[in-house]
Amino acid sequence: MTDTLHAPPPEDIKTDEMFINLGPQHPSTHGVLRVGLTISGEMITKAVPDVGYLHRGTEKLAEVRGYHHCVVLTDRWDYVAAMPNNLVFCLATEKLFNYQVPERAQYIRTIMCEMNRIASHLLFFGTYGIDIGAFTPFLYAFRERELVLDLFEQICGARLTYNYIRIGGVMVDVDDKWVAKCREFLEYFKPRLKEYETLLSYNPIFMDRTQTVGIISKEDAMTWGLSGPNLRGSGIDYDARKFEPYAAYDKVKFDVPLGKTGSCWDRYNCRVQEMYQSVSIVEQCFEQMKPGDFMAKGVAKVPKAPIGEAYAHVEGARGNLGIYLVSDGGQSPFRMHVRAPSFINLAILQESLVGKKVADVIAILGSIDIVLGEVDR
Amino acid sequence: MGIILEKLPGVTSALPGGELLLTTADTVIDWGRKSSVWPLTFGLACCAIEMMGAYASRFDFDRMGVIPRPSPRQADVMIVAGTVVKKMADPIIQIYHQMPEPRFVISMGSCANCGGPYWDSYSVVKGVDKIIPVDVYIAGCPPRPEALQYAVVKLQEKMMKMKLKNGFGAAPQQEKGSRDITA
Repeated sequence: MTDTLHAPPPEDIKTDEMFINLGPQHPSTHGVLRVGLTISGEMITKAVPDVGYLHRGTEKLAEVRGYHHCVVLTDRWDYVAAMPNNLVFCLATEKLFNYQVPERAQYIRTIMCEMNRIASHLLFFGTYGIDIGAFTPFLYAFRERELVLDLFEQICGARLTYNYIRIGGVMVDVDDKWVAKCREFLEYFKPRLKEYETLLSYNPIFMDRTQTVGIISKEDAMTWGLSGPNLRGSGIDYDARKFEPYAAYDKVKFDVPLGKTGSCWDRYNCRVQEMYQSVSIVEQCFEQMKPGDFMAKGVAKVPKAPIGEAYAHVEGARGNLGIYLVSDGGQSPFRMHVRAPSFINLAILQESLVGKKVADVIAILGSIDIVLGEVDR
Repeated sequence: MGIILEKLPGVTSALPGGELLLTTADTVIDWGRKSSVWPLTFGLACCAIEMMGAYASRFDFDRMGVIPRPSPRQADVMIVAGTVVKKMADPIIQIYHQMPEPRFVISMGSCANCGGPYWDSYSVVKGVDKIIPVDVYIAGCPPRPEALQYAVVKLQEKMMKMKLKNGFGAAPQQEKGSRDITA
């Protein structure tokens, strides 16, 4: 499965190019993505991602919804990690309205985003195993993921679409019972992470199938505007949590895991290492958190924004997630634009798939870790 | 075997050299059909994550005989898990017709039922039942994995009511005149 160079076919064998569709119904495209592949024998000569099979028009819908209602729409972009989506919209709105978020709410937001990053990376870990051909990691990953979802369910009543982070703070305060349960989970989770490394990360078959496949150079990663673990897998040290801290990220210490070569394995490993960092961030937040308000004072039920514009971005589970809001003074945004990391990461497929073998397509596609809800919005 | 046979309307009695089972052909066929409901792995949006959760370790769909199949030609039931947008409507109809008869559809979540949070969106089909006939609806955004499993239990109850004389294979809803726009 390694990157063999294009050897020209022998003279006496007649070859022809063939067009095949990958998707929209395909178990490994993680949703409804269609990739038009032109293949010559085993080699891919052209790849065209076709998006829009899940275009729900949320940017347009935001123009008729109130600011509080828009938070509900954000849940359903990146439904695997919905908390950062909530957060980025609230950050943009708070900039627009100039609300001051209490310190405790900042910590709770950080905890929730990191727990959701764990849940999201666990899903990636499980499904990437399936993509490569190992089914067991999926069962292990979901065992732990259910525990994270239980914690979310206990705090806000939903397993996937939380609507927990609200404009000006969070929905409800976390109580001691929840904190105790969350600490218990973290203690349980740390040895499990080591188990994953022996189970999949350093599995010789898995390494053979990913370590030399889908290499994205530093220059390419920059040129295509990648972000998140895809960018860090190529060795570029950029993380919005470090460079433009929001919530309580400036008060906690954490490392940014980097890859070396930019292969599928590096991107995969970045995500696994990030889970260690997330655990440490949540623990630090518990240490530093003090009792206090969890909601800003004076947040209107039906807010009317002052005329202006605001941009906020966070480091979501998939990359740099940004929102640009324009207000004309009404009850709903005049325009909302989403900088969706999955959509931008996906674009590199048209270059990185060319010249690879058909068997590597799913390995590369899986390692980019896209969520189609965010690609199409 | 004993536990399952008790549910059939047959008579079992111990005979020398074996057991005798009296039942109708309908019951045997329906029992076989409901015991191996194979869904298509067809995730559209958020609900697909809960569908994956239902297949995974805690909820374990396998114990109900539900094993996901990647090809529509091997599947019995299509779980429409997520928002159906207009661009996806054609592929869904195509996939639906690729499935062998008898075929069933579970509409999972508010989006597939009626459009859900996207009831006023320009690009969303307001309910998958506008394009293909649906057997079971599940409410929720997204529904819990238990809700999906309950939907399969309800579908199994429906399968047990299927009769040969009503046209072998056709789903009851299709006989009444479906809203299938391409058939």
